[in-house]
Amino acid sequence: MSDVHIMTGNTAAALGAKLCQVQVVAAYPITPQTSVTESLSQYIESGELRAEYIRVESEHTALTVCVSASTVGARAFTSTSSQGLLYMHEQLHWAAGSRLPIVMCCVNRGVGAPWTIFNDQQDSISQRDTGWIQIYCRDNQEIIDSVIQGYRIAEAVYVPVMICYDGFVMSHTMMPVDVPDAEMVSNYLPPYKPHTILCPEDPRNINPVLFPWRRADSEGVLCDGYMEMRYKLQKALDDSREVIKSTNQSFADTFGRDHGGMLWHYRTEDADLILTGMGSVANEATAAIDALREEGFKAGVIGIRVFRPFPKAEIRDAFKQAKAILVFEKAISYGNEGALCGELKAAFYGTDIRLPIHNYVVGLGGRDVKAREITEAVRASVGAIEAGDIEPNPMWLNCFTE
Amino acid sequence: MPENLFKVNIEEYMLPGQRACQGCGLSLAYRYVLKALRESTILTLPACCLTVLHGLYPTTSVAIPTLNCTFASTAASASGIVAGLNALNKTDITVVAIAGDGGTYDIGIQALSGAVERGTDFIFVCYDNEGYMNTGTQRSSATPMGALTTTTPVLTKQQPKKDMLRIMEAHDLPYLATTSPAYPIDLYDKFVKAKRIKGPRYMQIAVPCPPGWGYAPKDTVRMGRLAVETGIVVLFEIENGKFRFTGRSKTLAEKGHRTPVVHYAERQGRFKKMNMEQLTQLQRWVDTRWNEYLEKAEG
Amino acid sequence: MTKKDTSISAMAKPAVGEAGKTGDWRDLKPVVDQTKCIPCVKKKSACFLCWLYCPEGVISTSIPVQIDYVYCKGCGVCAEECPAKAITMVHEGADV
Repeated sequence: MSDVHIMTGNTAAALGAKLCQVQVVAAYPITPQTSVTESLSQYIESGELRAEYIRVESEHTALTVCVSASTVGARAFTSTSSQGLLYMHEQLHWAAGSRLPIVMCCVNRGVGAPWTIFNDQQDSISQRDTGWIQIYCRDNQEIIDSVIQGYRIAEAVYVPVMICYDGFVMSHTMMPVDVPDAEMVSNYLPPYKPHTILCPEDPRNINPVLFPWRRADSEGVLCDGYMEMRYKLQKALDDSREVIKSTNQSFADTFGRDHGGMLWHYRTEDADLILTGMGSVANEATAAIDALREEGFKAGVIGIRVFRPFPKAEIRDAFKQAKAILVFEKAISYGNEGALCGELKAAFYGTDIRLPIHNYVVGLGGRDVKAREITEAVRASVGAIEAGDIEPNPMWLNCFTE
Repeated sequence: MPENLFKVNIEEYMLPGQRACQGCGLSLAYRYVLKALRESTILTLPACCLTVLHGLYPTTSVAIPTLNCTFASTAASASGIVAGLNALNKTDITVVAIAGDGGTYDIGIQALSGAVERGTDFIFVCYDNEGYMNTGTQRSSATPMGALTTTTPVLTKQQPKKDMLRIMEAHDLPYLATTSPAYPIDLYDKFVKAKRIKGPRYMQIAVPCPPGWGYAPKDTVRMGRLAVETGIVVLFEIENGKFRFTGRSKTLAEKGHRTPVVHYAERQGRFKKMNMEQLTQLQRWVDTRWNEYLEKAEG
Repeated sequence: MTKKDTSISAMAKPAVGEAGKTGDWRDLKPVVDQTKCIPCVKKKSACFLCWLYCPEGVISTSIPVQIDYVYCKGCGVCAEECPAKAITMVHEGADV
C-alpha cells in the first residue's frame, strides 16, 4: 500500500524522524537544513509528534542535548549542515565515544572560508574520523528510509548514525516519496534500550577520565584503559557492516525498497569503466552512464552508500572486474586527494586490483554537476588512460585552474 | 546514631580517599551540596577540578549519578538530561549542572545563558575558585584584579572580576544564591531550598583554593570567612526578584563593620604583586557593591 | 577468576579510596586531645566543628571524635577550627 507525496528532502528527513517517534529534538537553524527544524517544530507544537523540542542556542548545544537525552534513555534527533556540523565537532567525537544511538541528518553544504551556502560534502567528509556511521543518500526516498534504518542500526550497535544528503540539490528539490506507514515503522523499530545507566538506583560516573593503562575496580575486575574503550568503538563499527546490510534487507522485506546496503550498482554487470561517488552526484552519474552506453562505452556506476564503516570487502568485490575507475567527489582532503579516491586505492592494496584511477573534484560550493559534464570527463579520462595516464593528480571539474 | 547538632542530612555522598587537594574548599562545599540534594539527583559536570574529585575510571568517589561532559557544555548537558527525563515522564529527579568559574563565566557562558533563557528546570552551580585551577592556575574572567596567575605572571590580572551574579540576575530567574564553604549550614539550607523550587536556579559558591591562591591548606575556612567579613563575598539570595542578605552578611549589613580588603589580600600569595591602585580599586568596588546591596535589601 | 570489563562505555562505580590511601599524602597528622575536646569532656553531642569543616568527611561525630587516618590528608583545617584547641598537628611518626 503506497502513500506517495511530492516533497523536498528536508521534509522527507523530518517525516522520517517523526515516523521514528523521536523523543527529544534539539536543532539549530542553518541553511540549507533549516526547514527540517521548522517541520519538526510544527509537528511537535501541533501535537502530531509527542517529543521535547529544545530550541538550543547553538549546534554545539544541539548535539550535547542529544547526547545527554540519549544517555538518559530518550531517542534523540538533530540535523545540521556545514558550519553547524563543524561547530559540534567535539561533540561528534563525544557521542561516538559515549556509544549513543543518535541519528543526525547532515544536509551537505560546503565550508568556509570563504562562505558558501551551497552544496558540497566537505562538511561530513571532514568528520569521517569521528566514529559515526555515515550513509549518503541518492534521492529523497532514500532519506526517509535511511532515517528509519538509521535508528534500527544505531540502537543495535550503539554507534551514532549520520544521514547525509546534498543541500539544495536534494534538501530543496521536490521528488516523489512513498511515505512508510506509521504503524509499520513502529513495529519495525524496537524500543530504544539504553546501555547507559544514569539513575539514582545505580549511581555511576559516566565518561570520567580513563588512564592509559587498565585498572582494577573495587571488586578486582580489571577494567579498560582508554585504548580498550576506543578499540571497542572501532570493533562496533567493524561489526556494524553486517547490521547495516541485514537492516537494508529487513527494510526491503518490510517496506519493499532496497537501497543497496553498503553500496549500489547501476549497469555494472559487464562494465569495464566504473564511475563512483556518493550522494546525488552518483545519481547524476547514472544519467551519464546511459548516454555513454549509447555511445558504446561499457560503463556503470557504483554508488557508495555507506562511507563509514568503509565498505572495503564490498568494494574489492564490486570493482574487481573494472578496467578503469573514475571517482567523482564533492570534497577533497586538502594536501592529498579526494577522501573516497584515497580510501578506494587503499582498499585495493594487498589485492590484484591494479588499474587506472582518475579522481575528479566536482561541484564545490554548489557548482552544478551536469550529466553531460560527467560524460565529457569520462571521454577525456578514457583518452588519457589510453595515452598512459594511470593516476593523475585530482582534476577539478569545470573549474578555472590556471 | 549521634544527635544531629547541625540539622543537616548526615549521609556522606562524597566517599573518603578522593583526589582533591588537601584543604580544598570545593571538597568541603561539595559535601554539603550533596547532603542537601540527596539521592534523587543527577549531576553533570565538565572537565574541571570536580572531574578529578569524582575520580578516574573504573571507580568514583561520589555516590550520585553523574554525567561528564565537554568544557563548554555543562548547562547544555543538563538541558538534555531534563529533556530526556521529561520525555520519559521521570519528573522527580533534580538535575544539577556544576562547573567551575571557567565553565561558567568563560567557555560555559553561552550554554548557561541559553539554558536559563529557555526556563530549563535545573540548578546550575558555579564553584568559583577564581581561576582555571585544574590546569594549574591560569587566569579566568573570575580572577580578581591584581592577582598573579600563570597567564598573568608578571603584570597581574588587569581587569576587574566579571560580575557574573549581575549577569545571572539579569536573566530574571526564580532563585539565585551565593554561598561559601566557610558557612556550610547557610550553604546547605540554600541548596535544600533550591531543590524545592522549579525553573532555572543559579547557585554560586565562593571557593578558596590553597595552591591557586597561595595560602596554607589549614586556612581554607578562615580564608572563606575573611572573604565574607570584607564583603568581597556577600552571602545573599534573590528569590523571585527579592534580595535578602543571609547569615554573616546579614549580620554585617545590620550592624557590623566590614574588614578592610587589605587583610584578605595580604594573606594570599597571588596578591603579592598587587599595587596600591588595584587594592584601592578593589576596596572601592567592594564598598560600592555593598551599598547597592544594602539598597536592594531595603527595596 | 578474572571477570572481564564488558561495558561498552565508561561508567565508574562508587567506592572508597579512588585515589588510594590518601592518608599517605600527610606530613602532619591531627591528634585529638580528649581532655580538651568538648564532646569528650561533656560526654554528649556538642561542638563537632571538626566534623563540620573536614573537607574529606573523615571525622566522625562519635564520642570520642574519631579521625579515619587511612584517608585523612592532614590538611589541618580541623586543628585550625577547633574552638577548644584540642587538635594538634604532629609530624607523622612522632611520639604523641
